[in-house]
Amino acid sequence: MIYILQQSLNALQLGSIYALIALGYTMVYGILTMINFAHGDLFMVGAFFGFMAALAFKLPFIPTLLISMIGVGLLGVAIERVAYKPLRQAPRVSAIITALGVGIFLENLTLVFYPYPQSVPQLLQNITWTIGGVTVSSLQIIIILMSLGLMVLLDFIVRRTMVGMAMRAVSWDKTIVPLMGVPVNLVISITFAIGTSLGGAAGVMYSQAFPVIDPYMGIMIGWKAFISAVVGGIGNIRGAMIGGFILGGVEIMVAAFLPSTYRDFVAFTLLLVLLIFRPYGILGQPRPQKV
Amino acid sequence: MSAASLPTSSPRSDDQIPLLAVRDLVISYGNILAVKGISFDVYEGEIVTLIGANGAGKSTTLRGISGLVPYSGDIWYQGQSLRRVPADQIVGRGIAQVPEGRGIFGNLTVLENLKLATWQRKDKGAIADDYERVFKIFPRLQERQSQLSGTLSGGEQQMLAVGRALMSRAKMMLLDEPSMGLAPVLVRDIFQVVQEINRQGTTVLLVEQNANMALRVASRAYVLETGTITLAGTGEELLKDPRVREAYLGG
Repeated sequence: MIYILQQSLNALQLGSIYALIALGYTMVYGILTMINFAHGDLFMVGAFFGFMAALAFKLPFIPTLLISMIGVGLLGVAIERVAYKPLRQAPRVSAIITALGVGIFLENLTLVFYPYPQSVPQLLQNITWTIGGVTVSSLQIIIILMSLGLMVLLDFIVRRTMVGMAMRAVSWDKTIVPLMGVPVNLVISITFAIGTSLGGAAGVMYSQAFPVIDPYMGIMIGWKAFISAVVGGIGNIRGAMIGGFILGGVEIMVAAFLPSTYRDFVAFTLLLVLLIFRPYGILGQPRPQKV
Repeated sequence: MSAASLPTSSPRSDDQIPLLAVRDLVISYGNILAVKGISFDVYEGEIVTLIGANGAGKSTTLRGISGLVPYSGDIWYQGQSLRRVPADQIVGRGIAQVPEGRGIFGNLTVLENLKLATWQRKDKGAIADDYERVFKIFPRLQERQSQLSGTLSGGEQQMLAVGRALMSRAKMMLLDEPSMGLAPVLVRDIFQVVQEINRQGTTVLLVEQNANMALRVASRAYVLETGTITLAGTGEELLKDPRVREAYLGG
């Protein structure tokens, strides 16, 4: 029982990281029906931005996190403008291939500056408590709470603000949106800024929990977060959060009770099986047919 | 080619500047020429209708005015060219469009649809008045304000699309086939509303396949055939015109 509680806490930590990254995939898909396969690498860049900020400015955790979020958000907007926007009328496959290319570009650009894995300075004082046999670390709690806080904030923006309304409108039919006086390109840029900055935040938090970072760290985690988004229902924001926690839970529990090499096998099997029975994911809906 | 050679039929004196002046408008989709150099005017306070068959270029003309498609020729609104104005700023200039097929955002509530149309407005107090105005014209929308608009009936969606255009407080409203897919009784309601909105001071440019209804409410009308204006006149004149009766009013 204590073991399960302990593992549940670990699952929440991993799940919240997956969920934060999954939000970036799902937001971009929602608005452009395109999978931004560079997103996992933006998560990696987020970790490196945090690392550089921590070394250069010696700032505490929160300002470092903000610097990384802003940096990755701006990078995300720039990538959309330079690489994706010219392909908006092109077949979606072209945009997806471009995204894969951008991802490889980011990995190799980072490799130019950091050819070796780097160890990230600890920005948070890590205190551990043992409560009824369960070990709880302050780092874990902070990661979980910060992630949940960012998710609540995002949910508020999307559901309650004018910008969020515009994002949802663009995801429904972006050809009509200009007739409302709403500039579509601005809404797309804001979506990229928010989605990618969440990935950046995840990168900083992840590198506090697992403090060795390298330019390829975003690949597998990016795939996992993408699975989370699909499991939850791609394009659906709450779905991405749920999917992230489900995947985090499954992975931790597999590693807890089975040989840990089964972890990815089970994760990808989950994706395959779920897609057979619920092709649109848990909260996803078939996209409306436009008449 | 241009309507300049046709009777202008403007009821106004020659020195009045039209609210909207379209000159030699050409719009093509790839190699297909949809609008072949048309010119027409809309004066303040009028209901002007463009009638014509499917594919005549009516919707394309409206899309050009709203800045959704590139064109050559020129479109003047209140004496200023709209040529280089992006679509989202044309709404701010005072031209709202109710697009073909209504174009409501089905994943937004009724109220959110209305609210989105106020994006460019800064006059918070007047916005509250405009909700009231819209709900007075369409009480049904008030009843359903927190409902997802995708669950509305076709007629209600059309009301919402018109209400949304009103929320942008446009001086001029472009309506693209408001009668499409509606039962005859609802069509009559919608046309009554269009007349009411016009009486309250909005200039209307109406595109319709339902020529009979459109010509009855219109001050002036233009007939569009495969991208060219072939006839112009007052609504009454065209209702009586044998060519119009033959082609659009079932003889």
